[in-house]
Amino acid sequence: MSRLEDYKGQVPAWCPGCGNFSILKTLKDALVVVGLEPHAITIVSGIGQAAKLPHYTRCNTFNGLHGRALPVATGIRLANHDMPVIVTTGDGDCYGEGGNHLVHAMRRNINISLFVHDNQIYGLTKGQASPTSMEGIKTKNQPLGVFSEQLNPIALAIALDCSFVARGFTGEGVHLKELMKTAVQHRGFSLVDILQPCVTFNKINTYEWYKQRVYPLEAEYNPENRIEAFERSLEWGDRIPLGILYRNNRPVYEERIPIIADTPLVRQSFDVSKIPAIEKEFF
Amino acid sequence: MDYTIKIGGEAGQGIQTIGDTLSKVFSRSGYHVFTHQDYESRVRGGHNFFQIRISDQPVMSSRRVVDILVAMDKESITYHEKELSDTGQIVYDASALHEKHDKPYFLDVPFVDLALEKGGNKIMANTVAVGAVLGMLGMDLDILLNIIKSTFKKKGKQVIDANIATARQGHAFAVKECVQCSFSAASKGESKMLITGNDAIGFGAVASGCRFYSAYPMTPSTGIMNYIAGKEKEYGILVEQAEDEIAAINMALGASFAGARAMTGTSGGGFALMIEGLSLAAITEIPVVIALAMRPGPATGLPTRTEQGELLLTLHAGHGEFPRVIFAPGTPEQAFYLTNKAFDLAEKYQIPAVILTDQYLADSQWTYNGFDYGILKQDDYRLRGDAFKDLAEYKRYAFTDSGVTPLGIPGDAEHLVVTDSDEHDEEGHIIEDGATRNRMVDKRVFKKLPAIQQEIEPPTLYGDTEADVIIAGWGSQYGILKEAVDVLSLDRKIAMLHFSEVYPLPVRDSFDYLDLLTRAKKTFCVENNATGQFARLIKAEAGFTFSAQILKYDGRPFLLEELTGALHEQTRGL
Repeated sequence: MSRLEDYKGQVPAWCPGCGNFSILKTLKDALVVVGLEPHAITIVSGIGQAAKLPHYTRCNTFNGLHGRALPVATGIRLANHDMPVIVTTGDGDCYGEGGNHLVHAMRRNINISLFVHDNQIYGLTKGQASPTSMEGIKTKNQPLGVFSEQLNPIALAIALDCSFVARGFTGEGVHLKELMKTAVQHRGFSLVDILQPCVTFNKINTYEWYKQRVYPLEAEYNPENRIEAFERSLEWGDRIPLGILYRNNRPVYEERIPIIADTPLVRQSFDVSKIPAIEKEFF
Repeated sequence: MDYTIKIGGEAGQGIQTIGDTLSKVFSRSGYHVFTHQDYESRVRGGHNFFQIRISDQPVMSSRRVVDILVAMDKESITYHEKELSDTGQIVYDASALHEKHDKPYFLDVPFVDLALEKGGNKIMANTVAVGAVLGMLGMDLDILLNIIKSTFKKKGKQVIDANIATARQGHAFAVKECVQCSFSAASKGESKMLITGNDAIGFGAVASGCRFYSAYPMTPSTGIMNYIAGKEKEYGILVEQAEDEIAAINMALGASFAGARAMTGTSGGGFALMIEGLSLAAITEIPVVIALAMRPGPATGLPTRTEQGELLLTLHAGHGEFPRVIFAPGTPEQAFYLTNKAFDLAEKYQIPAVILTDQYLADSQWTYNGFDYGILKQDDYRLRGDAFKDLAEYKRYAFTDSGVTPLGIPGDAEHLVVTDSDEHDEEGHIIEDGATRNRMVDKRVFKKLPAIQQEIEPPTLYGDTEADVIIAGWGSQYGILKEAVDVLSLDRKIAMLHFSEVYPLPVRDSFDYLDLLTRAKKTFCVENNATGQFARLIKAEAGFTFSAQILKYDGRPFLLEELTGALHEQTRGL
């Protein structure tokens, strides 16, 4: 069992009022509820404001390169599948720089919980468009407006048959905590896209903007119907659904690999006496 | 006795199968074998060849002169007829090639008809060809028949019998018809080990306790991945085909962080993508081994050919300043031991270690009597289980005298393992202050480097210790340089200086190779590249300038006559 103070980390260097504070607090709460201890998990991150999160809590940490959190997390899971692995990332880090890795991590269905702090803007580099920025918005780097269509991570994930696809909002803490908890407990790859206002650089998608639009999926919504989930994933604008949009029970990648079926790779020792047998094959 | 057999044909015709089978027969017969492959970047068509040299003495390079040319296509004759030795023979199937040659050194063996005659199919024409070559050499079929039996074990008795019958057909035909054949190669004795550079690296990785290999396929490095994947189940190694090379190195770093010995492999273009990850390995001090099998660039270059064009890239790869080791094995045997050493040094000093080879070495087969496992190192430098639990305190980057902080296995103890691509403090958390930055750079670079340097072995000297002429080289040039010394030492004082551990440059305590170079009248640096990268490294690091360079950059390896000819020309009067 763990307590909230076990997860007390450094003082965050985020802007006052940033949505990341709420994600950090909610994540800690969720980990305590699940009963995971800091030394028993690893949080992997890339680069960006979201990627700084592991420093502001306490646990095993791999804060790697921009966009590259998922391959690192995959390597950790393959080497030690006893270790729960969480990736904290942003819309630029994960949907931009790391897009290819996201696609293939979902294909593998490796057991990683991916929390994307999606503020629809680049924070660390100070206000450029991100893959989820809405078409037409103007920034310093896009003075004529964004011409590319907004990326829809939820639809993308459902198209790839991602085994857990959810959307949360930092303004709905209790709901988000439940999503995070369920995602961590899910067996397989889970994506939680978290709507998070950037108080400094995104003057359009503000708390108020989201508040007016988000709504929880109705109780009778069936997240196991992929076609309906896909339809619902396209909803954006006046109304934005929150909750588990899609889930399935696809086989988990690590569980399909026979050589780690009994023991994690990291606990398997090498038997030197087996070497001469290999040499024989060359004669 | 020193014969060269060249098998030429289109991709998809089974050139490699014929070459591999013959090489196996020769090595099992106790001969020294050296093979090299020349192929185009295509799956069907074009012109490829497989060249085998067999001798009762050690051989380690390819010659220009061919004794038996097995021509499976017309181009083989067009391109290679001129390479034939005085006693050489071209064996071909006139009806299959639709052309008949009357010159006395042509031996028409109806590969296809003989195969069909004994209930075989067209593919078995290759088996006829192998039988014919053995017949021409005066060798018997015992070893070949055993190889056929084990190769086709899964395909059943019918396939085995048909292949045996067709091999006999080819053999008997050649024995009877090759009146011009004057070859003699009876069985020589104990079976020898036959191994390629790529397989030697794969074998070395397995024997070093590699637990995780992630890569994206790229010629000519793919053979390493194939080899290790073949051992996956039996030896408990997880091989993951990554979505790209960026993922490959990041996965390896993730696995290594978690506590598994990890490796990746690629060629130049893939390595270019890995460079950011190399830099990540450096600041996070996570051990990783990278096999880089070079091919000619820039960009896609000549994808299936050879070049030593990435030494300086490897040396400077990665943003920022950090230590690394670069090994450049010259033989499969060196590749085996240096792969083990790469793992050992990567783990011991928590640095990236690169094994630099090229297509020539990757695909070439050499023969040996066996490797020595006794000298392999499998020391585990990680903090595992109780050893980790028993620590009162743990900081991933605690400052130490050696610069090395033991790497704990995350999850084995309540201590946290925090690692960061940002500059960090002893605990692994982000810092901005200059004083900590300085201490971390000192830890990573200046504290580790002197100790790493002491681990590097001096170059190999072969030939006259008071040589007037020194031919120096690195990596895959070992065999050709050594044989060139043998050829040229008859009338001059000549020696080879071969570097297989190229960076950091070896210390000169036990062997002052710079002194040797300085005392020689003429020094050559022989490299398979256009700009003499190793010569530049020696100049930059040791201040020595070679008096001449012999460079080749057409994508092909040096042939023995080619190198000795050039050296002979340039050392007249010495």
